[in-house]
Amino acid sequence: MIRKALSALLLCASTLTAQAEEAVAVFGDETARPMLFRSTTDIRVLGPTIEEFVRLNPDVRVIYEQWGSNALFAESQKDCEAGTGADAILSSAVHQLVSLVNTACAAPYRSPLTETLPNDRRWRDELWGITREAAVIIYNTALLPEEDVPHSRFELLDLMRQDNPAYEDRIATYDVEASGLGYLFAFSDSIEASTFGALLEGFSRVDAVATCCSNEIIEGVGSGRYLIAYNVLGSYVSTQYRDNVSVVMPEDYTLFLSRAYMIPRDAQNQGAATRLLDFLLSSQGNALLRESGLVMRRDPEETFLPESSERAIPINPMLLVALDQHRRKRFIAQWRSTFGAPQFLSP
Amino acid sequence: MAEATNSALRQRSLSSRVVTGVLSLLLVGGIIVAIASFAYGRQAARQAYDRLLLGAANDIAESITIVGGEPLTDLPVSAFQLLALAPDDRIAYAVRGPRGQLLTGQDSVRLPRSETSSGPTFYDAPMQDETARFVTVYRRFAERDFSGTVSVTVGQTLAARNVMALGLTRDALIASLVAGLALMVLATLVIRNAMAPLNRIADELLARDPYDLTPMDRNVPAEVSVMIDAMNRFMLRLDRQVTSMRHLISDTAHQLRTPVAAIRAQSELIVEETDEDTRNQMVTRLTRRSRSLGELLDQMLSRALVIHRSDSAPPLPIDLRDIALNVVESRDHELLSPGTEVELRIGPDEVIVMADEISLTEAVKNMFNNALRHGKSPVVLGVTQEGAQAAIWVEDAGNGPPADILDRIGERFERSAASSGRSAGLGLSIVRSVASAFAGELSMGQGDSGFRVTLTLPARSGELE
Repeated sequence: MIRKALSALLLCASTLTAQAEEAVAVFGDETARPMLFRSTTDIRVLGPTIEEFVRLNPDVRVIYEQWGSNALFAESQKDCEAGTGADAILSSAVHQLVSLVNTACAAPYRSPLTETLPNDRRWRDELWGITREAAVIIYNTALLPEEDVPHSRFELLDLMRQDNPAYEDRIATYDVEASGLGYLFAFSDSIEASTFGALLEGFSRVDAVATCCSNEIIEGVGSGRYLIAYNVLGSYVSTQYRDNVSVVMPEDYTLFLSRAYMIPRDAQNQGAATRLLDFLLSSQGNALLRESGLVMRRDPEETFLPESSERAIPINPMLLVALDQHRRKRFIAQWRSTFGAPQFLSP
Repeated sequence: MAEATNSALRQRSLSSRVVTGVLSLLLVGGIIVAIASFAYGRQAARQAYDRLLLGAANDIAESITIVGGEPLTDLPVSAFQLLALAPDDRIAYAVRGPRGQLLTGQDSVRLPRSETSSGPTFYDAPMQDETARFVTVYRRFAERDFSGTVSVTVGQTLAARNVMALGLTRDALIASLVAGLALMVLATLVIRNAMAPLNRIADELLARDPYDLTPMDRNVPAEVSVMIDAMNRFMLRLDRQVTSMRHLISDTAHQLRTPVAAIRAQSELIVEETDEDTRNQMVTRLTRRSRSLGELLDQMLSRALVIHRSDSAPPLPIDLRDIALNVVESRDHELLSPGTEVELRIGPDEVIVMADEISLTEAVKNMFNNALRHGKSPVVLGVTQEGAQAAIWVEDAGNGPPADILDRIGERFERSAASSGRSAGLGLSIVRSVASAFAGELSMGQGDSGFRVTLTLPARSGELE
């Protein structure tokens, strides 16, 4: 099996506007039947798993397109109306996939493996939660004093309320408008606990930075541009491990996200799509995902997190609330009143 | 043995007929229950989930506020938690302003056709490729900067409803199946219990001696006692017939033995007699004897006839004057005793009784002939009616038989008479049988001008039919 992943990788500038994939990689033999796989997951992270899949399924050639979540959502909606599109979609913006399923854009599938999934990671047998990733706080170990490391949202709040000029403009989080995932995390926070309002107030106090992408934030923390970043996807941190970046899982509660896998109704290669799903859910696929950091072990020894603090973002129609136009308008208005106009700072 | 099997077969077929009836009743009932429970299940599921839908729509409507002159929805999570109680159903919603313009939600969601109603409107409409149930509620605003009606429409596909309807139907069917089985067991017990008297009667009949004609036990259910009564009546009649037949045979044997023996002895004597005169005398006696035997036979046969008819022929209305007239007009008296004067005494009004004409004629004929034979001229045959009693009587001018004969008269036969070879004493026995067969009475005594024999019968008032 020839590995073509990185050789075919087309890295597009992250500033490129939506309506297009950010990167494309092809796995598998050129003569094999193609399967178009669209994901918000970084190709470098998921690549090894896909590579193993095409090794086991030589008749499948996976064309892996990496998309931004909002662009992928818009594209998939258009595809659904037109009756074309990808064979499989894996997105971290779960609420967007829930919306796609809710508008009958997905094809159902059942297998013994999909039935092992708990109820909050499966909806209508059309949407499956594959991964298990935490939304964490990361900090720069070199620059942040040990005693200032926030182990919960309350400690983060206290830190921001100190009016310490050291943290001015040095705390970052996702911008809810630019990132579908960031919006989902912030929205889940707003439902989960009353601390969200206080957090926004705190962010505004320290002039926190709302920015676009996981890479940018992690690199910013690593380089010392930011001291602390809130609600970063833990899986990306572990794959882009840097000496001076450390991870905290908030003890009051930690959100867990399951990237959702969907097979579009009009998929041309549904057979390959269902095989990929079963592979990702199999113990072999699961082990690979764990290696890539996409599946966190439920191990209190390692994570120091009591199970009662885990809050999974359930894959169910309640996420439709997040996409409601008015609700989103209100939420973003509240957000903007804290962070000001959108700003996409380059590192 | 074969009969027993046969009757057992018939019993089984009766109970199997009842079982078949009960089973088909249960089957029809079961089908009706199935249809009813499916309709009920659908109805219940529809109502249950319609309430969820309405609750969610009201939740959303409550969350609308007017901000800057525009209605703004703060879509509540609780509304979707309600809808998520149908976990696998897709959801659609739309909030529309006064002119029907979409405020938030999906534009594909349609409003109900009739927009006149101000209360919640439920309706079925397609959601993408599936049918779905929708509800629209309205909220009126009358604020300084906004006035008008905002509609909230929420819809959901039908998967959970169908599952619930099927579940309810299935539960109802299981319950009615259990009830049906219990009913079947009970029905079997009841049928067996109801059939028990029949089996008991069959057993009793099978165990019965063929000559045993005593009535059967009447301690049975009312429906069966009709049958038992009929059977008992039948056996009673059979018993009477058999008894009278036995009597007839023993009487005949008894009555005939003596005269036949006498005739034989006389004829043997005639054969041996050489003297012509004596022989002629003997022949004359033999002739008288054989004529008397003939009469005896006539009477015995007519008695058998009377007894048979009184049991089998239905009583009909008869005018006693007709009987009297017939008897006199048959002119037997001219043959029996040519010198006797005969008088018929009947009134102008008809005298009706319920009886059998042939038996009654036979009885009266016997009374009349007795009087001709034994009484003194003149002989009067009369018919009278006194209130509810009709009577036909024969009277002669004599004093009647001696008292000791009178006591025994009318018994089945009279030895002395029989041995004499003339009157057999059967005549009055026939009259007595007829009297008892038609609830009448035979009486003898002194009349106006001599010995009178009277047959009294209950009179029937009214016209002949």
